Amino acid sequence: MCGLQKIDAMPLLQVKNLRTYFHTRNGVVRAVDGVSFEIEKGQTLGIVGESGSGKSVTCYSMLGLIPQPPGRIESGEAIFDGVDLLKAGPPQLRKIRGKRIAMIFQDPMTSLNPYMRIEDQLIEPLLIHERTDRRRAVELGVQALKDVGIQDAAQRIRSYPHEFSGGMRQRVMIAMALITKPDLLIADEPTTALDVTVQAQIIELVKRMQAERGMAVIWISHDLGVVAGLCQRVNVMYAGRVVESGPTDGIFRTPQHPYNRALQKSIPALQPKGVELYTIAGMPPDLSKPVAGCAFAPRCEFVQDICRTPVELKAGASGQSTACVRVQNGDLKL
Amino acid sequence: MSEAFLQIENLKTHFPVERGMIIRRRIGTVKAVDGVTFSLARGEILGLVGESGCGKSTLGRTILQLIPPTEGTVVLAGKNLAGLNKHDLRESRADFQMIFQDPYASLNPRMTVFDALAEAMRAHRKIPAAEINERVAALMQKVGLSPRFVKKYPHEFSGGQRQRIAIARALAVEPKLIIADEPVSALDVSIQAQIINLLAKLSREMQLTLVFISHDLSVVKHISDRIAVMYLGRIVEIGPAAQVFEQPLHPYTKALVSAVPIPDPEREKQRQRVILTGDPPSPLDPPSGCSFHPRCSYAATECSRAVPALEIFDPARTVACIRAREINQA
Repeated sequence: MCGLQKIDAMPLLQVKNLRTYFHTRNGVVRAVDGVSFEIEKGQTLGIVGESGSGKSVTCYSMLGLIPQPPGRIESGEAIFDGVDLLKAGPPQLRKIRGKRIAMIFQDPMTSLNPYMRIEDQLIEPLLIHERTDRRRAVELGVQALKDVGIQDAAQRIRSYPHEFSGGMRQRVMIAMALITKPDLLIADEPTTALDVTVQAQIIELVKRMQAERGMAVIWISHDLGVVAGLCQRVNVMYAGRVVESGPTDGIFRTPQHPYNRALQKSIPALQPKGVELYTIAGMPPDLSKPVAGCAFAPRCEFVQDICRTPVELKAGASGQSTACVRVQNGDLKL
Repeated sequence: MSEAFLQIENLKTHFPVERGMIIRRRIGTVKAVDGVTFSLARGEILGLVGESGCGKSTLGRTILQLIPPTEGTVVLAGKNLAGLNKHDLRESRADFQMIFQDPYASLNPRMTVFDALAEAMRAHRKIPAAEINERVAALMQKVGLSPRFVKKYPHEFSGGQRQRIAIARALAVEPKLIIADEPVSALDVSIQAQIINLLAKLSREMQLTLVFISHDLSVVKHISDRIAVMYLGRIVEIGPAAQVFEQPLHPYTKALVSAVPIPDPEREKQRQRVILTGDPPSPLDPPSGCSFHPRCSYAATECSRAVPALEIFDPARTVACIRAREINQA
């Protein structure tokens, strides 16, 4: 079900068959529908997909951040260092969340409290999780701001979020996430709201922090370019499922799933000027209507009758797993 | 076909910054657009790029007279838009239209597609009433929507379809110039490609002059004939799209281009990145001289003295950097 079983070392995080549904008045929305993946210590995993493909809900589910109701985790496990996050009670989850697993969000303005000084927000994880005394925590806070490249950290720590620019706020978010030296950082579109030059700064920063501290990173993004430069492995999601997964090179160089291939072909950056861009016909499916078989089938140019039967992610020869029946059967080579 | 269909000369848009609740005092000026000059040929597509706050949207709106310019002229097909009175401006508006970023916000939720398109036609009385039905249907087909959706409301459409409606509405009055302000930024990658193809096709078929504003350089590179790069209210470089992207002249363009992630792991590994330090400066208090000099790795003392003018570098390209020749040798 989840690729190769490793006998020697347990992965840092292992997600198996996660299903998160939202029970709404308009029916059951299958936002995440059977997702399995794992991440090793110190690894960087990219999760890419269009809006509504379930990238964020996957990660929110693991951290117990899904509002319930309407959300409900229907099945699955997420084993983080021996603990199943999906079954852990709130006290146990609180000990892990913000300490061993940290998260940064897309919009740094809405995720910082506008009424609190940076200082108080930044050192809060230390006070709560490590019971550091306040003076020491402030010292560590100043150091954390310096580490993410904020000048005059000792003064700036007394500022309020509105006194910072977007890029600086995102640096503060990163400093806050990293202050407890987490084993896993989950970054949910952390650079989408930023300009490209600032985005480049933030990516360099995360890379450096990762090299220094050896933490694992899950980077959620719709921007394939960012993921190509940063991640070792990539999961491509479509309609709540992982349709292709593997080392970054393979995902970009030899896409095997028709959706992944179509996605690669429709990016303007890789196409010569003036050439008509490849477009994927139709629209992503309505997730409140159950899909028989492959969810991409209605838009796929290689569709056959067999595509209406259920399909699982299966590992191929190159360590790249694909959820396409025709590729698995060997009668479709892209 | 005239050489310069749209000619913009020394265009400036300054906003006063005021303080005080009752007695308002002017405490400063934001020079959102500060002396922009360029011209476009008929049917040309110009990509306008720059970071948020650099004034690219303000420039777009000022060209269309949605914001009155502080100074300068905008000549479209021989007519200076900046000098028109209210009545004449209203009459001329059919010649230039805008497409906005967010198709969720730019369409009236209470108007059907038909109402939205017919309203534009009626307002400018370009099309006889008897022909409106027919024209709306033709227009929908042109932008790739089935005319049977004509009685539907915006909420019944997806983001990409709404952007098609917004494009159709801009085309309803048969404009000569369209300014598209981040028209694909709110859309998913696979839908982006459809809208880019549509705009490119329409521009080709209808000889439409298009200013395409975006922060996404790879999109701009794909659709544009030429690219203009803005920094803090001024254009720092203009040239043919491929050249600006592949051999940028201005240090800021170099940094901007190198910051764009390429969705190719091999090329990503080999790239030399120019990482800028700091954030763009505040437009309230811009640095002296070249406003990029505090972040520029090539900055010399004379860079802080005078604002560099846009100068011709080679026949196709202009750049505003006093050291442009020095740093781009060989």
